[in-house]
This record gives sequence, C-alpha cells and structure tokens, in this order.
Amino acid sequence: MAIESISARRRRENGLLRLLRRSDAARLWSLLFPGLFWLTVFFALPLVVILLYSFLTPGPTGDVIWRFTLDNYWTLFTKDLYVNAYLRSLWIGVVTTVICLLIGYPLALYIVQRSPRWRNLLLFLVLIPFWTNFLVRTYAWMIILSNTGVINSVLQALGLARQTLLNTTGAVLAGLIYGELPFMVLPIYASLDRFDFTLLEAASDLGADRARAFLRVMLPLTMPGVAAGSVLVFIPTVGQFVVSDLLGGAKVDMLGNLLQRLFTRSNPPNWPLGSAMALIFMLVLTVAVLFYFRVTTEEDR
Amino acid sequence: MIEATSQAQSRHRALRADVRRRNWRDIALGIHSGLMYFFLYAPIVILVLFSFTTDSFGARMTGFTFSWYGKLLQDERLIGAAWNTLKVAFISTVISTIIGTLTALAIERYRFRGRTGMDALLYLPIVIPEIVMALALLAFFAFSFGVLQKITGAQFKMSLTTVIIAHIAFSISFVVVVVRASLKGFDRRLEEAAQDLGANEWQTFWRVTFPLILPGIIGGALLAFTISLDDFVISFFTTGPGTSLLPIEVYSQVKRAVTPKINAISTLMLVISMTLVGLSQFVQRQRR
Repeated sequence: MAIESISARRRRENGLLRLLRRSDAARLWSLLFPGLFWLTVFFALPLVVILLYSFLTPGPTGDVIWRFTLDNYWTLFTKDLYVNAYLRSLWIGVVTTVICLLIGYPLALYIVQRSPRWRNLLLFLVLIPFWTNFLVRTYAWMIILSNTGVINSVLQALGLARQTLLNTTGAVLAGLIYGELPFMVLPIYASLDRFDFTLLEAASDLGADRARAFLRVMLPLTMPGVAAGSVLVFIPTVGQFVVSDLLGGAKVDMLGNLLQRLFTRSNPPNWPLGSAMALIFMLVLTVAVLFYFRVTTEEDR
Repeated sequence: MIEATSQAQSRHRALRADVRRRNWRDIALGIHSGLMYFFLYAPIVILVLFSFTTDSFGARMTGFTFSWYGKLLQDERLIGAAWNTLKVAFISTVISTIIGTLTALAIERYRFRGRTGMDALLYLPIVIPEIVMALALLAFFAFSFGVLQKITGAQFKMSLTTVIIAHIAFSISFVVVVVRASLKGFDRRLEEAAQDLGANEWQTFWRVTFPLILPGIIGGALLAFTISLDDFVISFFTTGPGTSLLPIEVYSQVKRAVTPKINAISTLMLVISMTLVGLSQFVQRQRR
C-alpha cells in the first residue's frame, strides 16, 4: 500500500518534471532520432522520389526527362496491357484469399480444439513453412509440376499421358495458396483462441441450429481474425512477382511482373510509368483494405 | 410417469444424435486438417528427398547420393553469394536492432507530439507491398547517386552497402514491434524500486530495464536476421551488378533449369531457417 502510493507520487512528479526538464526532451530526441532519420531518408523519401518520377517524361534510353506530364497515368488507365494486369492481379488476389480462408478456417478451428500440448505442436507445424524461404517453397512446386516433374513422372509410370501443369493460372494459384496459407491460419487461430465456445451451446439452447450458430455467433466474433488474415494474404499476393514468374512463366502476368520489367528488363526501361503504376497499385490496395475493414466491422455489430 | 420417461428418452436420443453429429464433425475436421498438413509438408519433403537423388532431372528417386552437396562446395558464385548474404544479414541485424530498440523505448516511454505520425511511419514498411518499397529504394538510390555525382564528381554504384541500407529500413519496424511488446509487459515499479535504492538512470537501465527486455531484443534480432537472410525482392532491386546474394543466385539458377543441386542449396536454406525458428521459440520459452 505504502509502496504504491510512493510510486504513484513519484510517477506524478516524473510527469511534471518531464514537462519541465529540458534534458528529458534531449533524451527522447536521442532515442528517437536514429529511427526517425533512417525511416525518413530511406523509406519516406524514396516514396516521394517515385511520386516525382511518376510525373516526369521517360527518355529514349531509359533515363528521365525533367518535363511534367500526366501521360504515365493516362497510359495506365487506357492501355489494355496494364488495365488487364490490374484486373488479373486483383482477381488472383481475391481467389487466393477466399480459398485460403475456406481451407484455413477449419484448420484453425481444429487446432484450437486440441489439448494444449497438441495445440502448440500443431501450431508450430503451421509456423515452420511461414518462416521458411518463399523462393524455396515456390521452387518446390516447380519440382512437382514441371514437365519432367513429380506428377508427370507418376503419370508416365502409370502409362498415362503427360500434362502441362507448369505455366498455368492453376499453378500460380497453387503456389500462392501454399505460400500464404499460414498468414491466414495464424490470425484466425488467435481470434478463435479468445472465442468462448460455451456461446455455441447457448445459441443451440436458444434454438439455433449448427449453421446459424456458426454464422450468427462464431463467425462475427472471430471476424477480426478473418479480416486480419485476409489482408495479410491479399496484399503480398497482389504485389508478388516471384510465384507468377516461376510457376506462371510469362503467361500469367501480374502487376509485380510488369513492374519488374518496366524497371529492369524492358528495352528501354520506363521508370516514370513504373512509378505511376506502383503508386496507383498502393492506392488501390489501401482503398481495398479500408473498404474490407469497414465491411467486416459492420458485420461485427 | 410414462410421459416423463418418454420425454427423458427422447432427450437422451437427441443428445446421442448430437454427440454423433459432433463426432462426425470432428472426424471431418480431422481429415481436413490432415490433408492441410500434407499440403504444407509434401512439397518440402519432396524437395529435401530429391536433393539426394541420382536422377539429374531431380524428379525420380533413381538412387541415393550426396554428390549434389559436394557440387555446391565447388560453385564459387554460390559460395560468394552465401557470404554476401550472411554479411548483409549480420550487419543489418546489428544496426536495425540497436535503432529499433531505441525507437521502441522512445515510443513506449514518452508521450510526445507526432507520436502517432511516428507510429504510422513504423507500420508502413510492414504494410505496403514489398515490391513498391523495393522499387522506391531503387529509384531513390539512382536519383541520389545522380545528384551526388553532379556535386562531387565521383561515381556511385549499387552495391552491398545499398542492400544493407535497404534491409535496415525494413527491419527496424519488425524489431520495434517485438521490443515494444516486451516493454508493454514490463513492471515499471522495478525501475522505481531501483531508483529508490539509489541507482541513477543509467544504472537503472543497464541493471534492470535492459536484462528484462533482453529476450524481446533477441527475439527482434532473430526476426530481423531471418527476414534479411530470406529476402529476395528488396535485395533483387537494390543490389548492383556483380554482387549477388544467395536468394538472387538461386532465383537465376531456377530460371535456367530444375536440378538436384538447387534442391541441395534449398534444403540447406530450409535447415538454417528452421534452426532460427527453433532458436527464437526457445528464447521465447525462456522468457516465460
């Protein structure tokens, strides 16, 4: 009791002193400065640079001409190549997210209902692929799907015809779902872990059948996990280029692939157009995510 | 009386049906989860298994050999890239852990104007798509090198230094998140007790605060290290010609052909990541 009151008084004093003493401001500044400096110079400023580039004119040799233009943005919204890449990326992102949700939710539900010891083990097993190299995990699917790959070897051994599995949209989806599934399971697990399962019994006592109890009680109460998982899956899916490059060949072009080409491979590179594309992409994603959070929190009520 | 028993019976029957349904649901969930674990692990198992095959297409088990691992040791490009990766991961982890810990202390311990803005600045690198950050850094480096060249006349090029700078920029946020979590569960009265006993602020920090948040700092450092080792996208766009990193080297070899040699290097990368996860889990368990 006595200790608490002393510490409370001390805290109040500290609060007052903090306002009065300049050395405290100096201390805060010295703690804050390195991080603030690094993130301002090497994160915020680069974003400003691409904002600037997006209004400049691309030069003939991949350089930039300092002449203001809106052409880059105009090209993005009128040329089929870019419009289609946007639509395809968003579409693949939505399909990946929905499938991850449909297969991830039951998995999280199963894990959360195990005894604590099993639960930790099963969760850890989901966590391991989440920590391993994305490139390596994508490569594993190349071994499975390629023309001389595992599935085709099995088909051949059975006397069946080989199939073209690699360089298809299906291959890209498989690789993406594989890579992103842990990001869906973990947040859903976290919200299921806080869910009070006796509420389901209460719902059924009040006459709700299983489906109703799930849709009206369990799903709304675990919505924060579903929303977080969806965003965690959706954003990297739409922006990636490794999976669509390795498993889709050049046939399943997503935004990331076009961005990569505009900046490094195309002849000549077109940085202003790429910058505009990256910025619009960020804007579209932000709007999509905000909209999603609004919808899911409304269902929450 | 009869009514009562029949009522009890029907309730009993309903209960049993309920239990049976629950069992079926459990079994269905179990089967689904089994399939999911198969889905998560079959590719990894196949990858590891075929790093030992004698088949040069790497798709059948025609025999068992370690020779692909031997070939790795002869690949000087690969070994050089691996060294670069370790160098980048080590330096960026040390710097981002120090900066991240200081930032976490500032945000968690002080109320100041612009705190929300700092929060946003810290969360953005985690939230925005990796490729946007990578391209922005590429454009930024090219732009500022151009400016520097005009001023000083010296030529600057993308190199390991630019990769390290970029890795620090995205690692800081992750370190801050982890260290902040350990500062939140911190009993401030311990610091006050130390000061009541005559310790000055410097002593209080090093004798009380630092040891207590050390597991958080180590956890943050391990996270930063793993992310840096595994990063492909940011490194790909911020490295210069001639300086390769392991994921970039693997990527360019994969683009050429699937061979068991890539399986071998992938297996080693998997083993390293898993060891690091195990280590971070161990550290977190020690904390409890």
